[in-house]
Amino acid sequence: MKMIRGYPEDMRKSIDNVNKTRNKRIDQIIEDLSLKERKEVLDNFHPDYNPKFKRNISWGGNKGDNVPNEVADVIEAYPMVNPDDIDLNQIDYDVNILIIGAGGAGTSAALWANYSGVPKEEILLVTKLRLGDCNTVMAQGGIQAADRPVDSPLIHYMDAIGGGHFENKPELVKALVSDAPKIIKWHKDLGVMYDCTEDGSFIENPGGGTSRNRMHCSKDYTGLEMFRTLKDEIINKEIPYLEFSPAVELITNETGGITGAVLYNIETKQYFVVRAKTTILTTGGFGRLHVAGFPTSNHYGATMDGVVMAYRAGAKLRDLDATQFHPTGAAFPEQIVGLLITEKVRSLGGQVLGRNGEQICYPLEPRDVEASSIIKCCAATDNYIETPTQMRGVWLDSPLIEEIKGKGTIMKNLSAMHRMMNRFDIDITVDPILVYPTLHYQNGGVEHDESCHTSLKGLLAAGEISGGVHGKNRLMGNSLLEINVFGRRAGITAANEYKKKSTTGKLSLAHVHKSIKALDALNLKDKRYSPTILPEYRSDVVRDRLVQLYEESL
Amino acid sequence: MSKTKTKEENEPLTVKIYIMGSAHEVPASLTIMKAMEYAGFKIKRGAGCRAGFCGACATLYRKAGDYRIYAALACQTQVEDGMVLTQLPFVPAPKAIYDVDSLKPTASSILKYYPEVARCLSCNACSKVCPQEIQVMDYVQYSLQGQIDKAAEVSFDCVQCGLCAIRCPAEIPQYHVGMLARRLHGKYNTSTPETLIERVEEIENGVFEEGFKELISLSKDGLKKRYTERDFVDQKKA
Repeated sequence: MKMIRGYPEDMRKSIDNVNKTRNKRIDQIIEDLSLKERKEVLDNFHPDYNPKFKRNISWGGNKGDNVPNEVADVIEAYPMVNPDDIDLNQIDYDVNILIIGAGGAGTSAALWANYSGVPKEEILLVTKLRLGDCNTVMAQGGIQAADRPVDSPLIHYMDAIGGGHFENKPELVKALVSDAPKIIKWHKDLGVMYDCTEDGSFIENPGGGTSRNRMHCSKDYTGLEMFRTLKDEIINKEIPYLEFSPAVELITNETGGITGAVLYNIETKQYFVVRAKTTILTTGGFGRLHVAGFPTSNHYGATMDGVVMAYRAGAKLRDLDATQFHPTGAAFPEQIVGLLITEKVRSLGGQVLGRNGEQICYPLEPRDVEASSIIKCCAATDNYIETPTQMRGVWLDSPLIEEIKGKGTIMKNLSAMHRMMNRFDIDITVDPILVYPTLHYQNGGVEHDESCHTSLKGLLAAGEISGGVHGKNRLMGNSLLEINVFGRRAGITAANEYKKKSTTGKLSLAHVHKSIKALDALNLKDKRYSPTILPEYRSDVVRDRLVQLYEESL
Repeated sequence: MSKTKTKEENEPLTVKIYIMGSAHEVPASLTIMKAMEYAGFKIKRGAGCRAGFCGACATLYRKAGDYRIYAALACQTQVEDGMVLTQLPFVPAPKAIYDVDSLKPTASSILKYYPEVARCLSCNACSKVCPQEIQVMDYVQYSLQGQIDKAAEVSFDCVQCGLCAIRCPAEIPQYHVGMLARRLHGKYNTSTPETLIERVEEIENGVFEEGFKELISLSKDGLKKRYTERDFVDQKKA
């Protein structure tokens, strides 16, 4: 296979089409879809609407909810911990606030609890991998906030509700959009470097489904720049954190309230008991479950552990039927298939093209609609491009950005994208990027209110683990916003609880025993265990050998 | 009709790599990280985002017949035949504790917390090892000279993998220095737009409450109508 500047010779023929049509396309605007047309493309091509990828949950409070098979798999799995192995009389950490998950939502919660008067030693932040191994650092495109005079939180509200198919929880959307400018102000005071114009105003871009430009960004490292600042602040405030120590089960009390969690050190394999008056779940989403067999843009630990633990304890879930596939994951080269190609490429003018070099859809539809349009092109037409490993994709015309916004725009605004593709000899200022949807975001999850209370006393939730904010589909830039808005609110709520003198009651894992009983009654064919903690990527031959060794040991 | 493939075409091309000293035959198309998993390692340390943003998978390697030490992010680098690899899951480099509100965007702020910056030998080992190809030495020098804006700009794409700190003969924790420079720049060298401050005030004064009340009271059909009719002032539409 002859490679020419990063692409195989075969694919170059289609790139020639892209180059030939570019001048003609500069001012060409494809009509966006009506609500009726959106529904049609979703019904036919979005994995959410394909019954073969889903089944009903068979036990617990959300029994009967139709969710992806992979979600049902972890919910219909046995606890990895034998509750009898845990000695709840030996408390290893006794704190007021336990925060499980140290991404954007968890760190925001910790900081705001501390700002609101909770002493640092009363807070414990725990995380599966390192402080900051989270999807937040991988968020590239931006964060929404309606702060321009032509914009308003009300317009932001309409965009988010429409993007979510009018299924969002209204009071949560109101909180999201109303707190947004405050969050940007907080970040600015901390020293987060948002991109500005020469005159000092923020650079604000459009996103899919937004009717105003309100995407604040830090090049295409927005999440990284935001998170490393929050992390710097966590360390400055000396808030205690434990790394490589995921929670594997919540702890309840005699009335079913949440009173802490059991942690598991993934290196020494020891369990630790944490007692806490308030527990905040900020464990993120489920990308690493590879819903519907898709590759993912998510970090290594995104295995939905928090939802599983909360469900066993009786928390109410919602909107888990809705999964976000980001329209533009990398489809070539093979080494980076599924990694995120930021929506900002389209915000800046990049168009989505078929093999013939013509646009296949309006480039800034809400994500589910855009992704479905791309799947349609690859599944129901022959206007797709095929890679040497038989992966199908469409072109994202990045060089067009340089034509529209001037030479140097990509290096200045999309340096992460340029760097990633350049590592594989592809120069995105000259050649387009091959893309296909990738599993990106858990739209639903644990239900909570504006103050982040879940249906369980003592348990708060914030960030991707939660459901309701985005309805059935999140818009670009509303997740970096969500983790800050609801992380902050959770921290403040926990601080208010701290000021009340209350006790946790007697620690219990009765809910785990109860879950085991409920699972036994199902007579499941496959016996699985969860939380998953980390996905399994070792080769079949290695796994077979491990199974053999395990069976021999029995 | 597809032609029958020969045995050779069916078999994936493999390369031999050395992981912590032992040889493994792995498919040539894999990244270093995926190759380690293919070889049977379950990664606990040394993997985070798996997409080039978190800096967890800093890797040093040598190649057969080549005297040089190479550095890379394992998730972003394809294996090559003869690679001898070692993962660096952790680079100890204590971060200074400071209150950014009490500092000024000057060299003395940097020197107060990271006095070792003054020990820079200008050897440029940090820039050479950086998997992001950042001119690390330049931003260390800018920090030392008080050019905080330039230090912030040059260090901006840092993923804090720590390779620079481990190679530095002057034992400077460059990536922490860059962090401080960026916070000083973001906080002090650029102003907060008036429109943002005004919007925060408007929200706190309840300016939009009536509007929210009305939107929340709308039926789903009412919302759909409002949504479909909303105007787009910034974007050109067909």
